[in-house]
Amino acid sequence: MSMDRRQFLKIAGISSILGFGASVANATHPIWVKGLDPSQVEPNKDALTAKRWAMVVDMSKFKTDEDFKKTIDACHLTHNVPDFRNPDGSVDTRKEIKWIWKAAYENAFPGQPNKFMDEHLKEMPFLVLCNHCDNPPCVRVCPTKATFKLPNGITMQDMHRCIGCRFCMAGCPYGARSFNWVDPRKAINPERENKEYPTRTKGVVEKCTFCSERLEIGKMPACVEAAPKGGLVFGDIEDPNSEVRKIVSTKYTIRRKSDLGTGPAVYYLIGGSDHA
Amino acid sequence: MLEKAFEGSKKYWAWIFFLGALALVGIYYYLQQFMYGLGITGLGRDVSWGLYIGQFTFLVGVAASAVMLVIPYYLHDYKTFSKVVILGEFLAISAVTMCILFIMADMGQPMRVMNVVLHPTPNSVMFWDFLVLSGYLVLNLLIGWVTLGSDRKGVPPPKWIKPFIYLSVPWAVSIHTVTAFLYAGLPGRHFWLSAIMAARFLASAFAGGPALLIILSLIVRKVSRFDPGKEPIQALGKIVAYAMFANVFFLGLEFFTAFYSGIPGHTDSFKYLYLGLDGHTELVPLMWTSSVFAVVSLIMLVIPAARKNEGSLILACIMLFISLWIDKGFGLIIGGLVPNPLEQVRTYWPTMPETWITIGVWSIGFLILSMLYKVAISVREQTAGVEIEH
Amino acid sequence: MKLYDGGKIIIGLLIFVGIATFPFYYNIGKVNAKPEPKVDTPAIQEWEKQYGKKECVESKEFMRTEHMQLINLWRDSVVRNMNRQYISTSNHKKFNMSLQNGCMQCHSNKKKFCDECHNYMAVKPFCWDCHIQPKEKEENKS
Repeated sequence: MSMDRRQFLKIAGISSILGFGASVANATHPIWVKGLDPSQVEPNKDALTAKRWAMVVDMSKFKTDEDFKKTIDACHLTHNVPDFRNPDGSVDTRKEIKWIWKAAYENAFPGQPNKFMDEHLKEMPFLVLCNHCDNPPCVRVCPTKATFKLPNGITMQDMHRCIGCRFCMAGCPYGARSFNWVDPRKAINPERENKEYPTRTKGVVEKCTFCSERLEIGKMPACVEAAPKGGLVFGDIEDPNSEVRKIVSTKYTIRRKSDLGTGPAVYYLIGGSDHA
Repeated sequence: MLEKAFEGSKKYWAWIFFLGALALVGIYYYLQQFMYGLGITGLGRDVSWGLYIGQFTFLVGVAASAVMLVIPYYLHDYKTFSKVVILGEFLAISAVTMCILFIMADMGQPMRVMNVVLHPTPNSVMFWDFLVLSGYLVLNLLIGWVTLGSDRKGVPPPKWIKPFIYLSVPWAVSIHTVTAFLYAGLPGRHFWLSAIMAARFLASAFAGGPALLIILSLIVRKVSRFDPGKEPIQALGKIVAYAMFANVFFLGLEFFTAFYSGIPGHTDSFKYLYLGLDGHTELVPLMWTSSVFAVVSLIMLVIPAARKNEGSLILACIMLFISLWIDKGFGLIIGGLVPNPLEQVRTYWPTMPETWITIGVWSIGFLILSMLYKVAISVREQTAGVEIEH
Repeated sequence: MKLYDGGKIIIGLLIFVGIATFPFYYNIGKVNAKPEPKVDTPAIQEWEKQYGKKECVESKEFMRTEHMQLINLWRDSVVRNMNRQYISTSNHKKFNMSLQNGCMQCHSNKKKFCDECHNYMAVKPFCWDCHIQPKEKEENKS
């Protein structure tokens, strides 16, 4: 039979497409299509639940460097966050990964300080973290829903699905997100590793998850537990009896860049208070 | 027709092997990046997008510029462009391929790219970018190949290709608008948060792309027996002039809004780029070069005598291309990310591996362009004197 | 029928066949023992003492063919739906849907269990890029 090159290429092309299609059909194996049956899964009875998790930060309770270190370390050690500090203690500002950290007042609340403000006030440290916004730009821009809102208000991160495009990092108005530029395991101390939580791998974005995995077994977020008493208050802001709700509705609190419409869920208490 | 890309003079093959060598170097450094991670680049927690995304942004514009030939020729029967439309379409193919390669190079987990297809997210602009870029590549491949094949046989192209050609016009506008939307909708980045971002992108695309086409046409005239002709080049020159005027005007508008309002969120990035901020002046020389080149090239394009002289025209086009490359391929991205959301100035400069990967992708793009142009030129040389009907 | 460029085509075909069959003749003579995953860790022995028999999340046959699919479904259930407790369809017992804190609690002998079959099949799952492998005692090589 005689065939010219063009016909041969056409037949080869169509065969490849059919072959590819057949392999796709294989992916409709029952377990993929069915998924898990609702009778097969069950939430934990001890899980802490909320309509809307929120946090109040009372910086007046953080008095010493040790207070800050304990709080930040609790988070970073629980979650195997790598430590890219250089031997001389200086920070590698490019590779560093931080879920919660200390920022000066003029950085945490840019646009607030005035030129007559005391330097000491401008440099006053604040704890900053992901605000788990109501209307998060990061979730809006993620092309794979690797970052998404949980029904309880937490802005969650699925490190399995993240393709590392870093659009969420560009979208976050608070600089709350970090990227794994290299394999993080090089910078994790194996002696202090938390064996019950994974690490990440290079090429994915990570950030604070309001300790979703701890809430599910009835524990408060690590930072909240480690902070000085009353420093970080965590609760369900939609529950009229919760402490966060009481503080936010009766005392003066501010949120970072609240004019952007993101609806942050982390409130900073002004003036300190005697709440328990 | 593709076999024509594999037949050529010694000079042609020398050029192909030169580009191939550069591409191999780029691939070598990309493998290093794949093994080590994106930490091999100069990117960091604050400037998390840099050279790769900048190049992609710039090249989307070059790709969209094919429409500046398609609209006059197919919608308004402007026969002057009959022989050169194919050069625009092939440039679009090469440019879109480079865009896709730059995106793949920039991804942290490129093996997971199918997640964008498996988990479609219509609220994400990047999802739409993926769709429109792939679609534009397919469109131009189809249109370019079918029309050139018909030219070679000396017949008009089949009627069914017309709807695709008409579709490519809004599609070209869309790839650029969608790419601009990546930047223009982020509440935390005031340098990018401008309503005219998409308009600026289109203006610089319609200036930069045709300028490159002018340069390429003059090269084609020199290295082959196919002469695109003086008239198409002059017509392109006028298009470039108008588009560049819009581009420079829009940049002026951005300056006005930022500095007349005086809002730090808007002025800080401009200050970083043009004056330096907190002692960081890395980008200042580049940005001033870009602006000076933009104004000078615009003047040269607007003065008819300068535009008609092909020597000064090509100089203006080169300056214009460099100016836009700096502005869109570098300044826009880094300016948007400096200072960071906590108003700290953390800067960026590409590393050597990063630069080689970039050069590698450009080489692959030019390889594709050279081979496609070789095919187009061979067809034109063969059918010289035959009237082209579309 | 004349075969144009026959010389080049036949040489090309020979090279292709050589490359395509490389894995086969390269491994001639190398013996790969059948994989024998061991299910005798202390944790499994405890289970056997308590329940009278060794039980996994699902049946051995199901797990052998579908454990990867099950893990993928568990991943989405945990990360995206906040449900961590799995109720087995075969023995109706509750299991923690976790690789590190579930599967590896019983199968802490990754080298003698997971790796046995994975090495034989030349499969390298990348779970361990992120999930921490259980620490195993280095035993004397016999």
